[in-house]
Amino acid sequence: MATQQSRTLARFMMAPSVIVLLTWMIVPLALTLWFSFQNYNLLNPGMQSFAGLFNYEYFLTDPAFIQSIGNTLLLVGGVLVITVVGGIFLALLLDQPIFGQGIVRILVISPFFIMPPVAALIWKNMLMHPGYGIFARIAETFGQRPVDWFAQFPLFSIILIVAWQWLPFATLILLTALQSLSEEQKEAAEMDGANALSRFIYIILPHLARAITVVILIQTIFLLGIFAEVLVTTNGGPGYNSTNLAFLVYRTALLSFDVGGASAGGVIAVILANIVAIFLMRAVGKNLDA
Amino acid sequence: MARSVTLQKKLTFTALAWAVAFLLFFPIFWTILTSFKPEAQAIASPPVIIPSWTLENYVEVQARSDYFRHFANSVWISVGSTLIALLIAIPAAWAMAFAPTPKTKDVLMWMLSTKMMPAVGVLVPMYLLFHDFGLLDTVWGLTMVLTLINLPIVIWMLYTYFKEIPVDILEAARMDGAVLWKELVYVLVPMAVPGIASTLLLNIILAWNEAFWTINLTASKAAPLTAFISSFSSPQGLFWAKLSAASTLAIAPILVLGWLSQRQLVRGLTFGAVK
Repeated sequence: MATQQSRTLARFMMAPSVIVLLTWMIVPLALTLWFSFQNYNLLNPGMQSFAGLFNYEYFLTDPAFIQSIGNTLLLVGGVLVITVVGGIFLALLLDQPIFGQGIVRILVISPFFIMPPVAALIWKNMLMHPGYGIFARIAETFGQRPVDWFAQFPLFSIILIVAWQWLPFATLILLTALQSLSEEQKEAAEMDGANALSRFIYIILPHLARAITVVILIQTIFLLGIFAEVLVTTNGGPGYNSTNLAFLVYRTALLSFDVGGASAGGVIAVILANIVAIFLMRAVGKNLDA
Repeated sequence: MARSVTLQKKLTFTALAWAVAFLLFFPIFWTILTSFKPEAQAIASPPVIIPSWTLENYVEVQARSDYFRHFANSVWISVGSTLIALLIAIPAAWAMAFAPTPKTKDVLMWMLSTKMMPAVGVLVPMYLLFHDFGLLDTVWGLTMVLTLINLPIVIWMLYTYFKEIPVDILEAARMDGAVLWKELVYVLVPMAVPGIASTLLLNIILAWNEAFWTINLTASKAAPLTAFISSFSSPQGLFWAKLSAASTLAIAPILVLGWLSQRQLVRGLTFGAVK
């Protein structure tokens, strides 16, 4: 089918993309690996030397590292639970015949388009501020003491903010999947006398399984790298209570200028993300020829 | 009878859906309202719902921080990186969609896999490279990085759109003796434009909101809105209304683009895995 000439042309057309991406993949990663085996602090620029596995040992035994891994998992897990469960309910709700569906859809999807620092600052100041936030006002109305969210529940507060940003994404994807469920199938089940709950468990949920997997995997990739939300709300604190792995690497690199240590942290982050990526690629790859 | 029951059901679901939608949209709605209040009104208790529609916050934000410079940076970086990515991606996606080889699938998966690399993994070398080449705090440096991180998504989106263009049409054009460039200009381009347009839109949004590289690789000169807004994280004095004004300006343009492109969003972000 394809002639030799067109094959050469195709290769020529793909070359820029391949070369650019190959460079982007290899050069920075190779440098990170190289630095991770070096004693290199930007405060002592002349003092670069081979460090062996010292940086990994340092990073892995740092109590902040263990805590940041725990926080990363809680952050990713918490947001996933809220967005997937909430997303299924919202998608089911939006799939019903309702007045003004277009506008509702637009309102629901909006938080996804808010840039992370703005989302975090809106929540931090307008909603969760213990003195002037809306939540404090509501608490006062009911005679309760306002909660100082970022001091008392720093990680939970960040989970709430991030979940608000990603709930629309989950909802939209699940809604899209839901709408591809054939009406006949639903009607047939209804005629057979299946009630709403068993219809949900035996027909809707299996149909959504693939979309749920995709939501979980794509969100995980993004959630592992949550950064701006931590930076503008708690700055990782109090202590290391809301520091995730991404923020710890940033802190080691750009605040302590420890190039070696931060690179070791970066390599660990890459390994973690790769484990997730393998699963995502399988899910996406399966559909490629469908 | 049956009709009134469905109407009642529809009204119940409508009320419920609107309530949830309002709750989710509330933080944005409240920010926009607050941006039109004087500072004292912004923090009043009980909250003032109808603002006095002052524009002083917007004027002040521009006067104090040269807001439009950051806005211009955001536009340059997001539009520039998207256009460059399209330029590189269109030929590649075209080749893979219309002249697939047994290796095409692997190449596509590999391209996607580059997107999986966490940014922190390469923060250190990127920062040092930028430092050594004098690219820190430059619009060009940032445009380059955003081109790279969004290129896989651009290729993938274009590929899924191109894939749906019926090949028969190209064959027919070829039969009629059309040479390659004619095939491109007269047959393919008109059919590909909608796909290219939605790819463009989605990637401008993604680049506009990118908040890791834009914050870490800029200081002030080239800082786009993400970095500019982050500098508001430590409040000085009364600033609720001004923060709201700055936030509203930062999100308004992209919110509108987002509403326009929401139909294509699912497909673009799931790499065609959910349709």
